[in-house]
Amino acid sequence: MDLSGFRDPTIARGLIDAISATDTGPVKIMEVCGTHTVSIAKNGLRAIMPERVTLLSGPGCPVCVTANRDIDTAVALSQRPDVIVTTFGDMMKVPGSYSSLSREKAEGRDVRIVYSPLDALTLAEKEPDREVIFIAVGFETTAPLIAAAILRAQEQGLTNFSVFCAHKTVPIALEALVNDPEVQIDAFILPGHVSTIIGSQPYEFLAEQYKVPGVITGFEPVDVLQGVYMILKQLEEGRSEIEIAYHRGVMPEGNPTARELVERVFEPVDADWRGIGVIPGTGMGIREAYAAFDAAKKLPVELPEPKEIKGCQCGEVLRGVILPFNCKLFARGCTPEHPIGPCMVSSEGSCAAYYRFTDYGKSDASDG
Amino acid sequence: MCLAIPARIASIAEHRMATVDIVGVTRVVSLDLVPEAEVEDWVLVHAGFALQVVEEEYAKETLELLKTLPFFEDQEPLLAEGA
Repeated sequence: MDLSGFRDPTIARGLIDAISATDTGPVKIMEVCGTHTVSIAKNGLRAIMPERVTLLSGPGCPVCVTANRDIDTAVALSQRPDVIVTTFGDMMKVPGSYSSLSREKAEGRDVRIVYSPLDALTLAEKEPDREVIFIAVGFETTAPLIAAAILRAQEQGLTNFSVFCAHKTVPIALEALVNDPEVQIDAFILPGHVSTIIGSQPYEFLAEQYKVPGVITGFEPVDVLQGVYMILKQLEEGRSEIEIAYHRGVMPEGNPTARELVERVFEPVDADWRGIGVIPGTGMGIREAYAAFDAAKKLPVELPEPKEIKGCQCGEVLRGVILPFNCKLFARGCTPEHPIGPCMVSSEGSCAAYYRFTDYGKSDASDG
Repeated sequence: MCLAIPARIASIAEHRMATVDIVGVTRVVSLDLVPEAEVEDWVLVHAGFALQVVEEEYAKETLELLKTLPFFEDQEPLLAEGA
């Protein structure tokens, strides 16, 4: 086995041997972070797992799980003449039911990519006669930044800045996957940077109620291998706990300042996840006290019925029901150059990661 | 989108806005979420905000990893996405 791609092949070899030496039945482990997905695909980690261990990619890419209706809303907002829509780059090309922000921009709408929500604030200061809307997608990692931006906007007395909030939270969504009879997940590799903010406690119920272990780990291939090993040891020993293999970046309590800001600005609401459907309490609604910064309330839009993309199986990919290779469109019409579904559009999408890094036409394609 | 990039704080100005170096690019980021951060600390930066103070060794390891990721080939879009 060629391990030259690993930073430390000796450690990698040791972990691979340790993984092989564990004694478990068939195990399905899902990673729930786009960066883990990229790391697993890039380093060929699926291929070096023992046959009994299946690594599945979950709904870890925030752009990918954004429902068509939310993208349709962003598109409709961009069509208003008095509005500048701002968002992160990954959102631009994701198709909604009838259009994308990228297409709207090409047709002359004022849609701009920003690096930070603070850039949207600066833009709002410069363009006082127009409403600057930030389209916010992301998980717990990104939510505190949006909260901080809203609080800054309030402090500065900005009246032309608002947020369309399609944020989602991870832990309860994992419960929906655990309960999904089509998938049957045995353990989770939990996201590093989401956990930087929320810590390990919010996942504890998975281990306690469902006996599904989880390990929070980093993004190096050896981090992922260590996470897999720790999971297999738990299963072998009949334990189910939430462990942190990423003490460099995650404290058990997370980041209390960030959590406090999120709590102040947002309240839990239902969220529509692509492929999964509505999961109660996994969205972030802007609290009434900050309604002046809530684009959904400030500029309500009428939408046509959402329409799904024909043939696209992103929903099943996101739930780990099928692997990217098993989608009928994968590499046959849907490629990173000409993506059809969001999992191929986003750089962190499962399909894009598998397309770029795996020999999808051959052995790796057939083992899932 | 949930990727955070290590950066070193060069200076801190008004409103806890810090100048940091991110892989050779100078950026101004908010320290709103890390009240404990000081000049020369390494922080994880995500979309214009520092999320967490981290050890130098970890920061350097992560930077090496980031350079191997596909979207890093074109640095500006990575930063734009807030990855």
